Amino acid sequence: MKLIIAIIQPHRLEEVKEELYKAEINLITVSEVLGHGRQKGVTEFYRGHKETGNLLRKIRLEIAVNDNFTEPTIKAIMKGAKTGSTGDGKIFVLDLKDCVRIRTEERGATAIG
Amino acid sequence: MINAGDTAWVLISSALVLLMTPALAFFYGGMVRRKNVLSVLMQCFIIMCVLSIHWVLIGYSISFAPAKGFWGGLQWLGLRGVGLEPYTDYAGTIPHQAFMIFQGMFAIITPALIIGAFAERMKFSAFLVFTLLWATFVYGPLAHWVWGMGGWLRNIGALDFAGGTVVHINAGIAALVTAIILGKRTTLNNHIPSPHNMPFVVLGTGLLWFGWFGFNAGSALAANGLAVNAFVVTNTAAAAAGLSWALIEWIHNGKPTIFGVCSGAVAGLVAITPAAGFVNAISAIVIGLLVSVFCFIAVTVVKPKFGYDDSLDAFGVHCVGGIWGALATGLFASKAVNAAGADGLFFGNPKQFLVQLLAVGVTIVYTGIVTLVIYKIVDLFIGVRVDEKSEAMGLDLTQHHERAYTVLE
Repeated sequence: MKLIIAIIQPHRLEEVKEELYKAEINLITVSEVLGHGRQKGVTEFYRGHKETGNLLRKIRLEIAVNDNFTEPTIKAIMKGAKTGSTGDGKIFVLDLKDCVRIRTEERGATAIG
Repeated sequence: MINAGDTAWVLISSALVLLMTPALAFFYGGMVRRKNVLSVLMQCFIIMCVLSIHWVLIGYSISFAPAKGFWGGLQWLGLRGVGLEPYTDYAGTIPHQAFMIFQGMFAIITPALIIGAFAERMKFSAFLVFTLLWATFVYGPLAHWVWGMGGWLRNIGALDFAGGTVVHINAGIAALVTAIILGKRTTLNNHIPSPHNMPFVVLGTGLLWFGWFGFNAGSALAANGLAVNAFVVTNTAAAAAGLSWALIEWIHNGKPTIFGVCSGAVAGLVAITPAAGFVNAISAIVIGLLVSVFCFIAVTVVKPKFGYDDSLDAFGVHCVGGIWGALATGLFASKAVNAAGADGLFFGNPKQFLVQLLAVGVTIVYTGIVTLVIYKIVDLFIGVRVDEKSEAMGLDLTQHHERAYTVLE
């Protein structure tokens, strides 16, 4: 099992969701986060006072999948999130030790899908 | 003789000026960090409660009861003798109490303006005592000198139509003094926090602009041509100053900001306040265009250079804009606008400019010194500043045990 964490542009969320549905991946958790990469965010001005390196709004996706779904998930996220310009984001893939469905108390691979 | 139209206009104007204090609460509240927004709203609202009562009991008498001296007389304490017939020395066509309540709204908003300087670090109890003492020993005497019967600045001919010196320079200097002696916010680490809710700032500005028609046009104390002139120049100066600030930013920083337009509009309203009953619309454009230049320099060059932490630029906008407005009155005032006023320097009367300069100087010196004394007294007995931990946690939780925004549910 893998836990896939992806940081994407907020305006690509709908496309990513669509691609995930097409690949039959239906379980995702979404949160709003702040961050910046090598471009160091944006410059803002408040009454002439300059603020550099401000964090940009990003979307963080968390998706737990069985191993055979790992590549399709990564491909779906890339297909939906890629614009080709800086700030498109990153995908992290982590090994997942266990998973529990609270309602049925199922564990492991059967609990994920 | 009571005039129905005049009375209706002054009552409506009183309500408009009252609205400026909640407007200011949102203007300032949007600028602070989210952990302090309630403390700013609370300070503004408690001032409405406390000073409304103070005004009726002692404030009106020490400001406006006829007398020659430091304060006005004490004969109007508790509104004794302040009735429903006109008091013709102030306003001949409206009930005396209508004049009293209109002036009361000015007494409320003036100390509220100072909040911008000490925002995010003042103890609530100390703030309350400071405000009461300041209303009694600074606002009362100054209002008496400039507007009261027997007031010495009134007698030498200083022009202040709606409160440039009494309200804006007065509060602005108090702001500078408190910002300096209170010191910087400790949690800043050389990083100035960004406003937590810019739409609140815009909302507050819109309501301030709206309320200012009561402030300035209401100061004619009648529904007449003078009120119309004040109304027109108020709108014109605010517009010119808002546009001017945006253009300065566009040239200087590459992009105009809504915060800039709001700051400019308020600066323009401040600057036109003393002049509203004495200048025409073309002068108002000049006053508005230039005030943004002065205030922009004050907040972006002077403040960082000297390093005082006037959190929300109460000094940079109200005092600097107010000084420009008071001096501009001495330049642009014209008897063609108001025969009861005077001509300014540009209309052949250089003496008026010197009188304006004197009124500004007196306000700066008197308010500066007395504010410092009041601060020291309050600091001695109560302690003005919250401790470092409370400042880090925010005043909403530590001073009021409530928070503005929930995260969960």
